[in-house]
Amino acid sequence: MDAYTNSELISIFAMQGFAGISLFSVLLLMALGLAIIFGQMGVINMAHGEFMAVGAYTTYFLATFTENYFPSFMPYYFVFAIVVAFFVAGILGYFAEFLLIRHLYTRPLDTLLATWGLSLIMQQSFRSLFGAREVSPTLPDWLLGSYQPTETIHIPLNGMFVLGLTAVVTMTVYYLMYKSRWGLRVRATTQNRIMSGAVGINTKKVDRYTFALGCGIAGIAGAAFTTIASTGPTTGSLYIVDTFMVVVFGGAASLFGTIASAFTIAQAQSILEFFISGSMAKVYTLFALVLILMFKPEGLFASKVRR
Amino acid sequence: MSFVYERLLGGKKGLTGFIILATLILVIFPLFLDSFRLGLAGKYLTYAFAAVSLVLLWGYGGILSLGQGIFFGLGGYAMAMFLKLEASSPENTAIQSTPGIPDFMDWNQITELPWFWEPFTSFTFTILAVLILPALFAYIIGAAMFKRRVGGVYFAIITQVIAVILTVLIVGQQGFTGGINGITDLRTLNGWDITSDSAKTIFYFVTCALLLLVIIASRAIMTSKFGRILLAVKDKEDRVRFSGYDVANFKIFVFCFGAMISAIGGAMFTLQVGFMSPSFVGIVPSIEMVIFAAVGGRMSLIGAVYGTLLINFGKTAFSESFPELWLFLIGGLFIAVVMLFPNGLAGIWEDHGHKVTDRFRFIGKWFNKLTAQAKLRKAEDAKS
Repeated sequence: MDAYTNSELISIFAMQGFAGISLFSVLLLMALGLAIIFGQMGVINMAHGEFMAVGAYTTYFLATFTENYFPSFMPYYFVFAIVVAFFVAGILGYFAEFLLIRHLYTRPLDTLLATWGLSLIMQQSFRSLFGAREVSPTLPDWLLGSYQPTETIHIPLNGMFVLGLTAVVTMTVYYLMYKSRWGLRVRATTQNRIMSGAVGINTKKVDRYTFALGCGIAGIAGAAFTTIASTGPTTGSLYIVDTFMVVVFGGAASLFGTIASAFTIAQAQSILEFFISGSMAKVYTLFALVLILMFKPEGLFASKVRR
Repeated sequence: MSFVYERLLGGKKGLTGFIILATLILVIFPLFLDSFRLGLAGKYLTYAFAAVSLVLLWGYGGILSLGQGIFFGLGGYAMAMFLKLEASSPENTAIQSTPGIPDFMDWNQITELPWFWEPFTSFTFTILAVLILPALFAYIIGAAMFKRRVGGVYFAIITQVIAVILTVLIVGQQGFTGGINGITDLRTLNGWDITSDSAKTIFYFVTCALLLLVIIASRAIMTSKFGRILLAVKDKEDRVRFSGYDVANFKIFVFCFGAMISAIGGAMFTLQVGFMSPSFVGIVPSIEMVIFAAVGGRMSLIGAVYGTLLINFGKTAFSESFPELWLFLIGGLFIAVVMLFPNGLAGIWEDHGHKVTDRFRFIGKWFNKLTAQAKLRKAEDAKS
């Protein structure tokens, strides 16, 4: 590391750190949805990455639509797209739960396979609808460019926007889960399904809406994703393993754990990426995670619930 | 005798299924398939090793491993490394800047054979490596996981992550592993040309024989006391633990055994196809192996072989004519098998097979009649 001067090193850390924050934002948004679903129902949704892609493709579709028919609306469409992405992915998730997942709650390993099948079908649908090539929407001008606090540090605006969006979504999820009436029902169902049913909570309805919410958040993740990278039919599957690691490492059903572990994983990966090749950075990060999980299988911040 | 008949072959029903499978792959395929299709069948049968190992692991043990590709790959790579070293003798590679090392190392400016390649010059070591290395690796993973009572979806995800790590590592370390192209241009095994048609036919029969042996060995294990305890662990793990068994050891054993089987499949794959690449290690092949076992029937060792053959021939047929539809079909198959036919083809046969076999009952009746007549005649002969 002698080749770099001190100030250069600081700039590298700041910039790679910020690149890590963009990755962190997407990982966190995806992991939030997955953690809610996994924490509550013990279901691993292998198609979660594809729900993210649904959000991304929705954004792309809206961008193309706006560009062609309402060019004057271009600066504002993105905010609108986030909302639409949430609802499209959420509604698809609702139907997936209704048609597929709810029949398999007693067989978690089978859910894993069924959702994998779903993810294959979704991938092929993307390919048939939007083509095999990667697409990216035309971004509004206010998302382009970068902020330069010093001469050597460039911080891209889209990264800052995604970070802000993530903060808003996380706060909303926190409020929903810990402060609202609905969140109370969700947490009650998570802790003891049978008792919750006995005190009059419609646990099936809670499950369905939780699943839809989780998928909806994945849709928002997809909208955010389009600002940093282009989307292809298999984009979702690239992120799904990392997202699982975030959820497992953070300890399922712990919001704080999910945030902390998304941050650790994203930062470790992107800072390492600068000094060694990208693939080795990923190997070291994942390997370290597997090692840690071997010693602490319940994750960093396990919720202390008696099963 | 009864040990062989009841335990190894599974009694009358198991024996019938076994004989039908053996006839199909040893007689019918070689007679009716051309050499290209027979080569495909041989390749698919090597996947069947992994599918059989998943029947043991997942069907009987209740442990879903989404990383059987790891072991398939380790076995395949061990064999490929040996063959590659043989193919890159100093005479063959005289044009390289460093003769005597595999070509992809030379392209990546490596001037010396890496230490972990050295032992693979020995054929004995390679065979041992195929059998033992994957099992050892499985032991490390299994001991770390099962002793800490990690199971279910956690285990599935962690095996999946290990498959990702291994793939990224192989692709990233191009100089040592051949990168994304894998290890290619494998021509001879101890001086014997493996690309010739006769060699391919021999490998096909070796694969079949090994597969049938593996099925017999698996059946022996599953019908033993060990197998019954494993099944009990799957159904009520805590109760078995309270009865004083160390549950983890049972799971570790079956995981290691499954790894070894998959690795044999991988090694046979390399020998038949003549190359090995990271595309047989990662998430997608690993999860495909699960669907082979699921379609065939997760509780049926023989069903897994049929599942593998069916899906792969289906895949080949569909990708030739309707490549777009294939993913829809396989995705739908995943969902349908899990939701409607959890025991796969074997389960359907179990429920409805008697309707077919009833039609052929006259053969049995006729046979019984013949033997009865013969007995009668014998008795009459004895009298007179």
